[in-house]
Amino acid sequence: MTLLTIEGLTKAYPGVLANDHVSFTIEPGEIHALLGENGAGKSTLVKMIYGLVRPDSGRMALHGHPFAPHKPGEARAAGVSMVFQHFSLFEALTVAENITLGMENAPPRAELSARIRDVSQEYGLPLDPDRLVGDLSVGERQRVEIVRCLLQNPRLLIMDEPTSVLTPQEVDTLFQTLRKLSAEGVAILYISHKLDEIRTLCQRATVLRGGKVVAECTPADETARSLAEMMIGGELAMPKARSFSPGEPILRVMELSLPSQTPFGTDLDRITFQVRAGEILGIGGVAGNGQDELMAALTGERAVAEEMIVLSGRHIGRTGPDRRRILGLLTAPEQRLGHAAAPAMSLTENAFLTGRSRQKLDSLGFVNRESTRSFARAIIERFDVRTPGAATPAQALSGGNLQKYVIGREVLQKPAALVVNQPTWGVDAAAAAAIRQSIRDLAAQGSAVVVISQDLDELMEISDTFAVLAGGALSVPQPAAGLSVEKIGLMMGGNLAEEADHAEA
Amino acid sequence: MLRLEPRRRPSKLMLGLTPVLAVIATMIAGGILFAILGKNPVEAIRIIFIDPFLDPFSRTELLVKGAPLVLIAIGLSLGFRANIWNIGAEGQFVIGALAGGATGLAFYPMEGIWILPVMAIAGAAGGFAWAMIPAFLKIRFNANEILVSLMLVYVAILLLSALVSGPLRDPDGFNFPESRLFHDSATLPIIISGSRAHAGVLVALASVVIAYVLLNRHVLGYQIKLTGQAPKAAAFAGVNANRIIAICLGTSGALAGLAGMFEAAGPVGQLVPALPVGYGFTAIIVAFLGRLNPIGILLAGGVMALTYIGGETAQLTLSLPAAAISVFQGMLLFFLLAMDILITYRVRIRRTEVA
Repeated sequence: MTLLTIEGLTKAYPGVLANDHVSFTIEPGEIHALLGENGAGKSTLVKMIYGLVRPDSGRMALHGHPFAPHKPGEARAAGVSMVFQHFSLFEALTVAENITLGMENAPPRAELSARIRDVSQEYGLPLDPDRLVGDLSVGERQRVEIVRCLLQNPRLLIMDEPTSVLTPQEVDTLFQTLRKLSAEGVAILYISHKLDEIRTLCQRATVLRGGKVVAECTPADETARSLAEMMIGGELAMPKARSFSPGEPILRVMELSLPSQTPFGTDLDRITFQVRAGEILGIGGVAGNGQDELMAALTGERAVAEEMIVLSGRHIGRTGPDRRRILGLLTAPEQRLGHAAAPAMSLTENAFLTGRSRQKLDSLGFVNRESTRSFARAIIERFDVRTPGAATPAQALSGGNLQKYVIGREVLQKPAALVVNQPTWGVDAAAAAAIRQSIRDLAAQGSAVVVISQDLDELMEISDTFAVLAGGALSVPQPAAGLSVEKIGLMMGGNLAEEADHAEA
Repeated sequence: MLRLEPRRRPSKLMLGLTPVLAVIATMIAGGILFAILGKNPVEAIRIIFIDPFLDPFSRTELLVKGAPLVLIAIGLSLGFRANIWNIGAEGQFVIGALAGGATGLAFYPMEGIWILPVMAIAGAAGGFAWAMIPAFLKIRFNANEILVSLMLVYVAILLLSALVSGPLRDPDGFNFPESRLFHDSATLPIIISGSRAHAGVLVALASVVIAYVLLNRHVLGYQIKLTGQAPKAAAFAGVNANRIIAICLGTSGALAGLAGMFEAAGPVGQLVPALPVGYGFTAIIVAFLGRLNPIGILLAGGVMALTYIGGETAQLTLSLPAAAISVFQGMLLFFLLAMDILITYRVRIRRTEVA
């Protein structure tokens, strides 16, 4: 009998249909992969199964009975457990104490500790109930989360990108555990975009794209390339050869390595690329593969070795953000509110945020309010930002308008090199087109531009050269005009070394 | 079940109005408190809030009490705007008084108009140095400045006691734990004759003007506000967070130290163990009551000075316990913060429980 049946689940958020009539089934004991790019709707879907989000329409049935959990507690009671990508553990508490906190009816401490030992032994996840979570490695912390789920005897275990934080050895251990659970009849819904893992581990796969189920398949019968093609879609418009005559190299990144500062971040591994005057380099890849770290190194928020970043022949790895702007390297981070702009400050004050030194908006330490205001007005006018005026706080603007403002703020300063992360994320189509056009115009005027994005359509549309960031390493940039879906699929699948050999050969 | 939901945009009008509402709520709750203590609430409120204005000497006393509160609160407000929480102004106040006072004593019995400026510099430097301890620990080890600065208050107070019982003790003072009275050149000039209003009042007013210009016109003020509102945006703009920590803690320490020196060389006239009367803590209330805005702080300093003076009168005439006045001041901050919650959030009543 089918374990979980999902029929026509739909969930809309303002401006986006996260899940659009999603239907599929999970059989008992099956390891079922849920595959898709970022933003494909995987998270929304599992949140609905786990009772964190309520569907707008559609039905679920568990063991043939209607299943509509209102909260995770109900889902757990029905036998559905979930291990999140980011753990919720208290570092100052022991393993047993942490597990107690997550349970509805926790048994006495001694009994619980014994059960933790039993379960962790049985499933090959050695764990000492009395150790402080703060002393555990990331892999061990994941075991705590898994054991917490297993203690409740789940019928369905949802795992959200479990291997993204694990070492290869830990991945092997985890897979053995999952296979054992599967053999005992526990179904596993396995979310990942690591195609090789899915091929070795999963018996079936459901592929989501743009909130819809676009394919179902048996991963073992597919190649990483064909899975990637299902994930990114066959209708990707390939760039036509563009007349493009790049000038001198402006921005060069040489062997840039940088350890991540956050437990779930990605270390950058010897990233090397150059961008020439008039060139747009598109950097694709799934979020969490080092985009944030690369951006922090390029904005100057994190210092790296001086010679790792070169701007027009000058080493600037240790140079701070403000000085980089004077030298001509401007950047626009992904997060509009709170990073690229201060939410409660007016557009004028936000113009000062990056315009201060390059636009000379201050004199003798005082803010020149008149020139700051006219700079803000120039951005608003030139980039068609819909707002009552420059005194409006940034947070009052719609996402698209604020994005036009923060990109326009950099473009208008005529950078020698511009780096933008997710320039059209969450932006409506008209604003996105305007932003892309302004980036292209800037390159046409001789700036070197780097666009980091997860939107492959966008990258294919504007890039002259293209590379993929995967696991903190960058593939060798190659002309976008010669690319095919197969090639991109291969690059995204993580076969970077192989790809690099091809490119060099 | 009650639930707080953030409002889209907090009302500007209410932001300005709540300090006034908080004062009114404090009067009402204070009246109830006084009634429970068996006092006539209307009379008590009148004595605290109205009577000080009717008497000329009390009016100048408002300046004497208000000056240190405003001076300290102006410094604290800079840090609070940048999310840097100096809770130890009381300690910096004491060290400022010690450093300034000891300098004055060291020059005894020399004459000269240069002595007071030197004392002021020493006082500010003392407060600055005391505040740099939490600043250094925060920058170097990410230690919590709230705890460090607060604990250093008690160290400072004990240091004052130790020094006035030892090296700074008045040689002709019959072994009382207090210093010699400051001589004329080391005592602040009086600006209103017949009162205790001293030159420090002018410095407090100047600090309001300077802070206003700093916050509204200067790049540093911009950086302080940016650091508080959006730390990631500040890092993106190139603001050095550690520099802001040092500047904010240092400035608030220096101003608190200056206030301490004024207090010692002004109304008190010597170093005594009872010098710290809580200005450093009350200034936190002043800073928030004034919405961290220099002009607001000036007004709030006046209100708090009123509760001090009226409270003293109430202690004498109604024999209210001294603690009742502290409760009164505490209620003011409590009501203000509670109302702030209602400005930024709305209360929703929901029947279903949230997981």
